[in-house]
Amino acid sequence: MRTAIALAVLVFAGTGGDIAVAHAMKRLGEVHSFSPMVILRFLGRAFREGWMWVGIAQMTLAFCSLLALLSWEAVSFVVPATALSYVTGALGSKYLLGEQLTPPRWMGIGLVSVGVALVCLG
Amino acid sequence: MTPPKTFKLKTFIMVVLLVLLSSAGNLFFSIGMKRIGALQGLTLAAMRSDFVAIFSSAWIWLGIVSMLLFLASMMLVLSWADFSYVLPATECMYAVIPLLGHFVLGESVTALHWTGIALICLGVVFVGRTPPNTTSKE
Repeated sequence: MRTAIALAVLVFAGTGGDIAVAHAMKRLGEVHSFSPMVILRFLGRAFREGWMWVGIAQMTLAFCSLLALLSWEAVSFVVPATALSYVTGALGSKYLLGEQLTPPRWMGIGLVSVGVALVCLG
Repeated sequence: MTPPKTFKLKTFIMVVLLVLLSSAGNLFFSIGMKRIGALQGLTLAAMRSDFVAIFSSAWIWLGIVSMLLFLASMMLVLSWADFSYVLPATECMYAVIPLLGHFVLGESVTALHWTGIALICLGVVFVGRTPPNTTSKE
């Protein structure tokens, strides 16, 4: 039971965190240069975005669940099981971020999900 | 706007970096937590003891550094690429870890593992052929 709860927290908080960070980054716009100063300035601006902190809070929760899971279960179970985040991630990117999930992208996401499940079972 | 070829190349380089950092981070966390052992429970004293054990581990700190670098790289790549593009592409990690286990550590990889790795690679190829950004108004 505790494993199922921790896994659910890991999947939902992890995906929620990624989506919040993606939303914050989209608001800032594309980084065109990789010079250290440009990257540092960009990261500085990113940490003034509210969505960034919403993402970090959720990622911290997911991180705590990951550590607890890794102390209870084998990494060969824990890491592949997080592939459940594909479903939540794909739905979140479509409905919350407005991305276009074309058939090839859905096909790719599906193949990766099945592949990860097989690696987990193997 | 970045030219399409440069755009794809910089996305590819960043995805490779993300895969390497997340694989390393997961490996370090796993080693660290296995050395610490099962967490004790929900009492205040047990949580305090777990907290001290976790943050005294060099492996955990190596994992944290890897994951902070992963987060910074992820932030950069998400500034121009779709989340639904980056997420599956970074999942090469699931193929890289068993392959490293097989070729570097001599671990056995079952037929089911190989099938899974092949599907992951195929899926990443499918996603890689789609445009990295579908939301840009430029």
